Amino acid sequence: MTEQNEYPESGRVPSRVIGTPPADAPIADTDPIRAPEGVPGVIPQDPVKARKAERLVALLFLVAFLAGAGFVASYVIFQVGTIDKTATSNLALGGTLALALLSLGAGLTVWVRQIMPKYNLIQERHEMRSDDEARGYVKETFLQGAEESGFVKHRLLRRTLLLAAAPLGLAPLVLLKDLGPLPGTVLRRTAWGEPTKDGKPRRLVVEGTGQPIRAADFNSPGGILSVVPEGYEEDLNALAKATLILLKFRPEELKSGTNLNWTHDGIVAYSKICTHVGCPAALYEQTTHHILCPCHQSTFDAADGAKVIFGPAARPLPQLPIGIDEEGYLVAKSDFKVPVGPSFWERGDAEAEVRENAS
Amino acid sequence: MNAPPKAIAGVSTFVDDRIGAGNFLKRNLRKIFPDHWSFLLGEIALYSFVILLLTGTFLTFWFKPSMSEVPYTGSYAPLYGVHMSEAYASALHISFDVRGGLLMRQIHHWAALLFVAGMTVHMLRIFFTGAYRKPRELNWIIGILLLSLALIEGLTGYSLPDDLLSGAGLRITQGVAQSIPIVGTYVSFFLFGGEYPGHDIIPRFYTLHILLIPGILLALISAHMILMWVQKHTQMPGKNRTEKNVVGAPFYPAFMIKSGAFFLFTFGVIALLGAFAQINPIWLFGPYTPADISAGSQPDWYMGFLEGALRLMPAWEINFLGHTVTLSVLIPALVPLGIVMTGLALYPFLEQWVTGDRREHHVCDRPRNNPHRTSIGIAGITFYGILWLLGANDEISANFHIDLYTTTWFGRIAVFVGPAIAYWITYRMCIGLQRKDAEVLSHGVESGVIKRMPNGQYIEVHTPPAEDIAEHIRGKKEIPVLTSAEDGEGIPPKGARSALGRLRAKMSEAYGTDRVPLTDGHHEEAHEEEHAGVGGGDRKELH
Repeated sequence: MTEQNEYPESGRVPSRVIGTPPADAPIADTDPIRAPEGVPGVIPQDPVKARKAERLVALLFLVAFLAGAGFVASYVIFQVGTIDKTATSNLALGGTLALALLSLGAGLTVWVRQIMPKYNLIQERHEMRSDDEARGYVKETFLQGAEESGFVKHRLLRRTLLLAAAPLGLAPLVLLKDLGPLPGTVLRRTAWGEPTKDGKPRRLVVEGTGQPIRAADFNSPGGILSVVPEGYEEDLNALAKATLILLKFRPEELKSGTNLNWTHDGIVAYSKICTHVGCPAALYEQTTHHILCPCHQSTFDAADGAKVIFGPAARPLPQLPIGIDEEGYLVAKSDFKVPVGPSFWERGDAEAEVRENAS
Repeated sequence: MNAPPKAIAGVSTFVDDRIGAGNFLKRNLRKIFPDHWSFLLGEIALYSFVILLLTGTFLTFWFKPSMSEVPYTGSYAPLYGVHMSEAYASALHISFDVRGGLLMRQIHHWAALLFVAGMTVHMLRIFFTGAYRKPRELNWIIGILLLSLALIEGLTGYSLPDDLLSGAGLRITQGVAQSIPIVGTYVSFFLFGGEYPGHDIIPRFYTLHILLIPGILLALISAHMILMWVQKHTQMPGKNRTEKNVVGAPFYPAFMIKSGAFFLFTFGVIALLGAFAQINPIWLFGPYTPADISAGSQPDWYMGFLEGALRLMPAWEINFLGHTVTLSVLIPALVPLGIVMTGLALYPFLEQWVTGDRREHHVCDRPRNNPHRTSIGIAGITFYGILWLLGANDEISANFHIDLYTTTWFGRIAVFVGPAIAYWITYRMCIGLQRKDAEVLSHGVESGVIKRMPNGQYIEVHTPPAEDIAEHIRGKKEIPVLTSAEDGEGIPPKGARSALGRLRAKMSEAYGTDRVPLTDGHHEEAHEEEHAGVGGGDRKELH
């Protein structure tokens, strides 16, 4: 074996240091289950097969080396930047890495299975529990220690210690208070209710382009538009509550659920934020006037006040009162009358309150 | 080799002089690990976790967990100049401007999917073989904690790139948080630093995702490994295998190298996926805005059952003294997860309560040999599976041209009926398999040799089964049953007198009674039985 050549003959080994195992013996030599070849439980492989396997393992390791080198080369050769270049680089790096790892793994497996002996060794188990003597000793020691510490005897000590620990235990929770502001009534308001700089009603603008919408131009029945408040086009917090879908109906299509006073010339605006858990209810089926939320398929009837006709949402999409300004652009006449978006504990039955106020 | 090389001997001596490592190694170098393919499932999860740590660290070198708005100036042309959060811009930067960045991102995501999948199938293996039984209940609980934490780790992870898809997941998370009675609004405001989406959630999730949760995961995984090591691995029933021993290959060298190879295989397969299977192409989704969503938005697979539960739930909201309780969110968000996780965590203790079994178990059950446990498990899988499948009901509807609402209604009914059917079928299958086992032991296996009897009858000769198979079958253990029988004076034992006690006794009887006891003991009998079998006519007859 080649290892023996590297290892000096015994004369050059330093004499043994007291307290260490002899240098010519492995330190774990006394292990009781260590079994030399020919001992039951360790079944050596057929040497002919093992030699064959050795060549296979060497080949696999060689492939792993080449693939690993290929990985490094790919890193240098293939640059990134465009989609195509990135794709090529990804394939080259990933392919070579996978090949290197898999052939190395395969080599090791062949080594274990076909060169190392097969094992069928038996080791004893022992019950997990400690024996009674150990348990008894621990119990005695525990009681003795408790007695010595005086924790049991000195009641005042014990109680003041617990008292001292209580506020310190609460401190981390207290510190978390400034994670966020208190909700207040902010969930009941949206950007549509915020006063504009010039005091005029706030215009509806198209999401993405920011164009205001002239009522006369939005005249194709069946059309749907995603709309945001002017001045808040980039404000995600505002958009999370104030985004609308705008639809136009022929007058005979609208049913009683829709508040006609809040429409303009058949144009209706509903909150786009689903009343279930807040996804944008973005899908619209023109023939049935159904608004569908793609997350959990709550379905709302746009012609009938966006009332729920299927799915887990419990409330209609709130309707925004809209009208036009003197230039003919669509504006919000007021904020939503009920909170938009998902339900929350403090919300209460806002719809019922609105009905009561109206009557 | 007669002596260890000097380098190793020198280091060993140095370490042993200082910490006495020799004693530890003496006990553990040849620690025996039993072998079975199903014992590798947990290793998949373990190695996926290592890969996640490696690739995740790489990703943190470039990822910027910030929600500040910046115009994109990187090399992905379609989004050039688009305003987006720094988080999304840096995720694009990793994908398109860092060599190997896309590969690491994809490996990280695939490894995350495999991490949870590996944990799940490993957990199922433990469940169905009863490997959670005493003394391993603690490790079982640690495992349940690990699985729960992995779900949160996944959620916080896939929320980070701040693309349109990850934002949809966050929005749903926020909507669910907000629905919690009394504290929900506060929970949401504290989590998001104010109104949704705010500017804090990504940096906060980042801290949870790369520091807090991985730290806890690492600690729990270490504890999981140490307990497994100390308690020694369970083994499948078989020749010479008892509750008092462990049969297999030694840690050094065989198991060590096999495990190393399996790590490389796991990494290799994930690298293949990362190279050839695109995952989460965030550049196609665009930056997040709460005003938009794409149809067919799906979470990662392990969140699918929660998504399905949300989809199946009918609308239900009650107003209670001026307050809103939105049951159509609360029930699906909490109940299925609660049933699955609590049920799993309590199962070892419930089973002990029912069987009264306080013994240590180190030999695994074959699933068929504990039919009620197996049926409960399959019913649980069915419950989970239906919710999971219906989490993609829009895709099912679109691809198979089934009406969307029909899929929902199917799910609403199947989630209750399916587990019951699955329970019954599984129970019958277990009993059938036990009968097959009993037959193999008592009658042997078909030899393919047809014999003509003097009376003209043809029979197929049966031979005794191979020894290892027979031993494997004979590993069946009886399940203890509580004694609830009345004593001589007609009085049942103390514990069985209350209503709960009677229920417990009944359950114990149902759970533990062996419907198909193995009759065979010895091979000598097999020969006699063959003759008996001919006369008795329970051979396969060919007339």
